[in-house]
Amino acid sequence: MIEKDDSMTMPALSIEKDGPSDHYNLRLYVAGQTPKSLAAIANLKRVCEEHLAGRYTIEVVDLLITPQLAAGDQIVAVPTLVRRLPPPLKRIIGNLSDTERVLVGLDIRARPPVSP
Amino acid sequence: MNRGKPRSAHRPDKPPEIRKLDKTPTGIGGLDDITLGGLPTGRPTLICGAAGCGKTLFAMTFLVNGATRFGEHGVFMSFEEREIDLAANVASLGYDVEALVAAKKIAIDHVRIESSEIEQSGEYDLEGLFVRLGYAIDTIGAKRVVLDTVEALFAGLSDTAVLRAELRRLFAWLKDKGVTAVITGERGEGQLTRYGIEEYVSDCVILLDNRVQEQVTTRRLRVVKYRGSAHGTNEYPFLIDDLGISVLPITSAGLGHTISQEAVPTGVPDLDAMLGHGGYYRGSSVLISGLAGTGKSTFAAAFVDAACVRGEKCLYFAFEESPDQVVRNMRSVGIDLKRHLDSGLLRFEAARPSLYGFEMHLARMNRDIEQFQPAVIVVDPISAFRGPSTEIHATLVRLADICKTKGITAFFTSLSSAGDLMDDSERSVSSLMDTWISLQDLEANGERNRVLYLLKSRGMNHSNQLREYRLTDHGIALIEAYVGPDGVLTGAARQVQEARERESAVVRQQTTDRRRREVARKRAALERQISEMRAEIEAEADEVTKLIEQEDARETAMNSDRTAMAVSRGAQR
Repeated sequence: MIEKDDSMTMPALSIEKDGPSDHYNLRLYVAGQTPKSLAAIANLKRVCEEHLAGRYTIEVVDLLITPQLAAGDQIVAVPTLVRRLPPPLKRIIGNLSDTERVLVGLDIRARPPVSP
Repeated sequence: MNRGKPRSAHRPDKPPEIRKLDKTPTGIGGLDDITLGGLPTGRPTLICGAAGCGKTLFAMTFLVNGATRFGEHGVFMSFEEREIDLAANVASLGYDVEALVAAKKIAIDHVRIESSEIEQSGEYDLEGLFVRLGYAIDTIGAKRVVLDTVEALFAGLSDTAVLRAELRRLFAWLKDKGVTAVITGERGEGQLTRYGIEEYVSDCVILLDNRVQEQVTTRRLRVVKYRGSAHGTNEYPFLIDDLGISVLPITSAGLGHTISQEAVPTGVPDLDAMLGHGGYYRGSSVLISGLAGTGKSTFAAAFVDAACVRGEKCLYFAFEESPDQVVRNMRSVGIDLKRHLDSGLLRFEAARPSLYGFEMHLARMNRDIEQFQPAVIVVDPISAFRGPSTEIHATLVRLADICKTKGITAFFTSLSSAGDLMDDSERSVSSLMDTWISLQDLEANGERNRVLYLLKSRGMNHSNQLREYRLTDHGIALIEAYVGPDGVLTGAARQVQEARERESAVVRQQTTDRRRREVARKRAALERQISEMRAEIEAEADEVTKLIEQEDARETAMNSDRTAMAVSRGAQR
């Protein structure tokens, strides 16, 4: 549905760290550099570093720059975090301020060996 | 652009310098008439109604007509159906949405929100929706936007406060964009939509309704509100079928239609003569009522046949018989409708009256009339419709009005019940009819005979006579009915009476002849007497003359004798 195009990601914010098995491919959709967007980016980075260190990829898509991507991932609300890998697809909307819900939404809480 | 936002309803007779609300035509027959031009341009319109009343089809029709007829591209944002399902659904209306999408005239975006897949964490807004919509609008240069059941968002997203704020922002944003938007909403309890979004979309609200009355469904439409414009306020029936959507238009406000002086022959020459004008007026409404089997359809067929022979198009709405049956039956009275069907001048539209509600039938008829553009229509019969007489009246007024404004001669038949001169449905429509012919069965002397008379015929010096007629194998034939001191006599009674009259005439004739002969004889006798008397008198006169002559001769003789004697006596010398 969406052609993967690196130019659409924001290189400054994308952090590439490859992991072999349970790698998290996350995409965060925002619309402009609003406080909500910035808060979401910061919150996401924090959660990932704390719980998924070394096995995640974050791709931030600014819909004001690439509006054509909104339809593909069924984006309605922003910010929306989409977990593209591992399957199944998961969505979390909001500025990700509630860490508990982000962890539940990403199925991290349910996984046994994750330390708090 | 926004100079002088109109506050009052515009009127057609207002001076043109006052800026009227711009309108965007929907292309839906009838709706543009009700709204006096269409939906408000650059503003959102709410179309609401219960499930299954055609909201999505209305919205899609708005877009398709915009793309195909008005050169305005459109975006369809669907919150319920997928693109492929939408295209399939409206294909039944004859819309090729996929081709329009391929030609970039219409963009369809399916917004799917699955609440089970979504976790919420912190604040959010619906900017994503704005981005998607804005992108779709800009890509194809859309002027029209449809949001099909935007309230589906409430099911997917839990934070209604945010949603309300965002929807309010969305409608304002659509206005800023200058697109004409149609927003559909499901009918809610006690309010127009389930989540009350009519609060935000307040420029134009159209309510669709699908009501079942006596097991018959009628779709109806009402313009609840139209800010800044006059609009028809009634409920109007509408129709969805394979030819799209059509709304039965408003009853024309006045009786301002131009009328024709032209007469249209009835197809029965004697009837033309009875009407005194050579037929019905063109564009008038004709009602023919009568009992079963009086030949109402035959009169209709005769009229149709005559019209088709003149080369006029006829539309025949048959509610009791199938077209084949009508053609066959009319052949038995010498009216050949088949040739007109073949030549395309005659079209049958047959349907069971119970198929739709009365109003739906009228909506359908109106659509057929618009398409076929006939000069004559026949509705056979109007009595097939059952319902409250006010409703029948209201809808027939509309049909009659439609026909009158178009100059179509409308021919209605009505089955009347025995005994009654007028039943409810007839009374309710009688005032609409310009010409009313009543067919009756007169029962006397063990037989039934058919008579017709003109109950009324506006603007014509028509005959007031009862006429007997017969359905022969070469059409309808009118016979002089016998109107005598004993009332109207028909059939055998008329023939007997005529025979009796003929007989007495013969007797009278014979009497006069005899009298005449007697007089002649008398005269001859008298004349003979006169001549005899004259002869007698002449004979007498002859006698007298003879006597006088004899007397004279004797006198002379005596004189001469006396002289001779005197000489002899010597008294003289």
